[in-house]
Amino acid sequence: MNTGSTDPAAAATAAHSGGGEGFVELRGITKRFPGVLANDDISLDFRPGEIHVLLGENGAGKSTLIGILAGMQQPDAGEIRVRGASVRIGSPRESLELGIGTVFQHVLLVQSLTVLENLMLGGAWWRRIDRDAALKRFRELSELLALEISPDALVGRLSLGQQQQVEIVRALWRGEGVLVLDEPTSMLTPEGVRELGQVMVRLRDEGVAIVFITHKLQEAYAFGDRISVLRLGKLVGSIDKERLSGMDEQAVTDEVIRLMFGSTEGHDQDAETLSGLGHRRPHLSAERQAEEPCLNLRAVSTQGDVGECPLQDVSFSLFPGEILGIAGVDGNGQKHLAEAVAGQRLAAQGEIFLEGAKIERLGVPDRRKLGIRYITDERLGEGTVGAFSVAHNVVMKEIGQPPLWRHGISLWDRIFAHARGQIREHDVRTPSERTPIGRLSGGNIQKVLLARELADDLVGEAKVVVFNKPTYGLDLQSTRFARDRIRRGAESGLATILISTELDELIELSDRIAVMFQGRLAGIVENGEGVEREIGLLMTGAAAA
Amino acid sequence: MTTGSERSDADTTQIRDSLLAVVRVLVPVFLALFVGALILLSFGKDPLTYYGYVISRGLFSPSGLEATITRIAPLLLIAAGLIVAFRAGIWNLGVDGQFLLASVVTAALAPVLMDSMPRGLTIVTCFAVSTAVAAAWSLLPAFLKVRYGINEIITTLMMSFLGISLSNVLVKIAFNDPSTTVPQTATLPVDERLPRLFDTTIHSGVLIALVALLLVHLMMTRTAFGLKLQVVGANPRAAVHTGLAVGKLTYATFAISAGLAGLAGSVEILGVWGTMRADWNPAYGLLVIPLVFLARFHGAATIGFVLFFAVLMIGGESASRRLGVPQYYVLVLVSLLLIFFALVEYLDQRWRKQARA
Repeated sequence: MNTGSTDPAAAATAAHSGGGEGFVELRGITKRFPGVLANDDISLDFRPGEIHVLLGENGAGKSTLIGILAGMQQPDAGEIRVRGASVRIGSPRESLELGIGTVFQHVLLVQSLTVLENLMLGGAWWRRIDRDAALKRFRELSELLALEISPDALVGRLSLGQQQQVEIVRALWRGEGVLVLDEPTSMLTPEGVRELGQVMVRLRDEGVAIVFITHKLQEAYAFGDRISVLRLGKLVGSIDKERLSGMDEQAVTDEVIRLMFGSTEGHDQDAETLSGLGHRRPHLSAERQAEEPCLNLRAVSTQGDVGECPLQDVSFSLFPGEILGIAGVDGNGQKHLAEAVAGQRLAAQGEIFLEGAKIERLGVPDRRKLGIRYITDERLGEGTVGAFSVAHNVVMKEIGQPPLWRHGISLWDRIFAHARGQIREHDVRTPSERTPIGRLSGGNIQKVLLARELADDLVGEAKVVVFNKPTYGLDLQSTRFARDRIRRGAESGLATILISTELDELIELSDRIAVMFQGRLAGIVENGEGVEREIGLLMTGAAAA
Repeated sequence: MTTGSERSDADTTQIRDSLLAVVRVLVPVFLALFVGALILLSFGKDPLTYYGYVISRGLFSPSGLEATITRIAPLLLIAAGLIVAFRAGIWNLGVDGQFLLASVVTAALAPVLMDSMPRGLTIVTCFAVSTAVAAAWSLLPAFLKVRYGINEIITTLMMSFLGISLSNVLVKIAFNDPSTTVPQTATLPVDERLPRLFDTTIHSGVLIALVALLLVHLMMTRTAFGLKLQVVGANPRAAVHTGLAVGKLTYATFAISAGLAGLAGSVEILGVWGTMRADWNPAYGLLVIPLVFLARFHGAATIGFVLFFAVLMIGGESASRRLGVPQYYVLVLVSLLLIFFALVEYLDQRWRKQARA
């Protein structure tokens, strides 16, 4: 395939005018959503025995393309050919029957059923369930993938990496044609990523066409036989197998960044953010760390509802101006930690001190006044009320407090004026302060939350800030903005807790990195050379004992 | 020039939007009346005669208009309470039990107090006690919701059945006036009831209801308390995240909502009946709930729908006697109205989606 061509579609068509060498061929796929051209005339081939990496930042059109392949969306224009025959993929079932199996970013398995039961779901309702045949197929695929999962294990008991392997088995259930993996590494430990890589290689060698979607450059280089880059709904270029094998990692990185941003100049920061090579912060000096800690947790435990991972016996100190990264696979107690510090969830046991004063019995408003702030990862789930205006959401944690309220009466003129000021100061892109916040992009909602939590003109000065996955689901620009904000906050003396599942982000920003495993702090390591390995071991619980 | 044309464009859009809003209300009303007419025809009644009679009796005859406006008072008070609750995301469907218990308390208390107190004080005391009793009746559902997260739709409905039965028991056993043949409480003389307005049969409870609705509107739009309630209603998890005292707010919401329903009962007894008969249950609560939904929890729109409904009720009562159309036919009209509102709403949403795409 031609690279860097101004008209990749034409180039692709020209290159394959003979046709028929891909298992799945996309020709001129176009999909519009209100106000967005999600896929613009995309032509791609997915060939047997090849790992085809689709790279692109959030909003580049990767998910839409996957949705079309998986039969969840119909293209407005273009043709899909499978084994040379033009097809219409009307439903996920049709997609599976064509031999296209998709593994989505988040696990879609029934947690309370066994592995085999999950795999037998989706058969026709009138047919008897044939357990022996299912078991035979499961053994076949287990052997193919070199898996060691019991077919009778409850899915809820498996690790996320194993659950993903079950999803891969399910995707291949009706035949090994194309396997589509949508950002499969985002919830895996480094060890899990390595295992996934082995599985992909085995499948490729068996002749499966693998589509691997990611926004991480290192993974693209490590696993890809062919790399295609999407940008703003367009296929902007590809690196084919022959060229890729002749390039080193740096050359691939340069080429991809050139494709993603048009040129290397002027987009260095985007490139850094993408490749995880952002400037590390200078570490906190030793004498600073010898100061009185700002926040102290002593043996804090929480109680969880069903399906939550509560904290168990968590202790640490946090110093002013320090960023403490919290690593760990999602769902190992990070949310409870954030809530326990913010006051949203009271600790069942243990003590919390802020500058020496006990605060573990205080609720959110009191802790907020004392300087504790929490930027939640569920921006629309709990951080905001989507139907309410931006202004409402900016002041949501100050309701009833002067100067925006007097004796409980809302001073709407002041509230709207305050919101306008915050919108300007934090560069929130919104038509007006009265626009419902749910209509804004994730990046702009995050800016509103940052404005609300980091502001100190209404309530006392911020001292401790908890960021829970602050860049999750954001585009590059917003990611960079949020990271800058975190860095600047720490430089101005804020004690910061940064919870993230992105190791790059933690390494870029943190002074120390703590790893959570099953509700406990498995360990705290100083950020520095070789820290990834230590974190990886702690994340799997290998070093916990 | 461009700005001028832009502004006139904006004006036109605004006019078109408000026209569309009116159309969205009128079309379902028209459709409901039309289908209602077909039903009447199938019974061999002339729909035009019926509708004409309902409107002339409910709206255009002096006594009918007075009756209609009088009827509005309890409906508006109940609606005010429901608006608070629904906006806060709490589905208090136990209004009728709360209404009747407050009615019994008022009917029992007023004749006794009257002997020792001036009229004004008697009325105020009755209002206060009946409101408190109704609020207390909602305490259990509130507690169960706050403490155990039990769905208040079920608990308030159950408490409503209990409240209705208990009020009957109270009339028959505790407060029965032995001088009457049917079980009922002692009757309050007409000159001890709520003062009437001008020279009409309309009592001042209507003013109380309008003031209550206005206060509720101001509370929801202009106060921190109202805003907090709306946060709890719109996204309970955000309320927890921002540190609102969700439990206290829930208790307050139940108390206000039930208290206003209780005030409605008190006003109806002190303004219209002067006594409470056993087995009296106008079931206003269940009638008002759909109206508040139709008005989308909006105060001014609620007044419009309540007025419309009161005309139907009063006119329908006359028509049932004169034309032999059962009074329940009014409920048929209301349900038709609900169905067509939902339908128009659905189509409107679909058109908008298509227009955007």
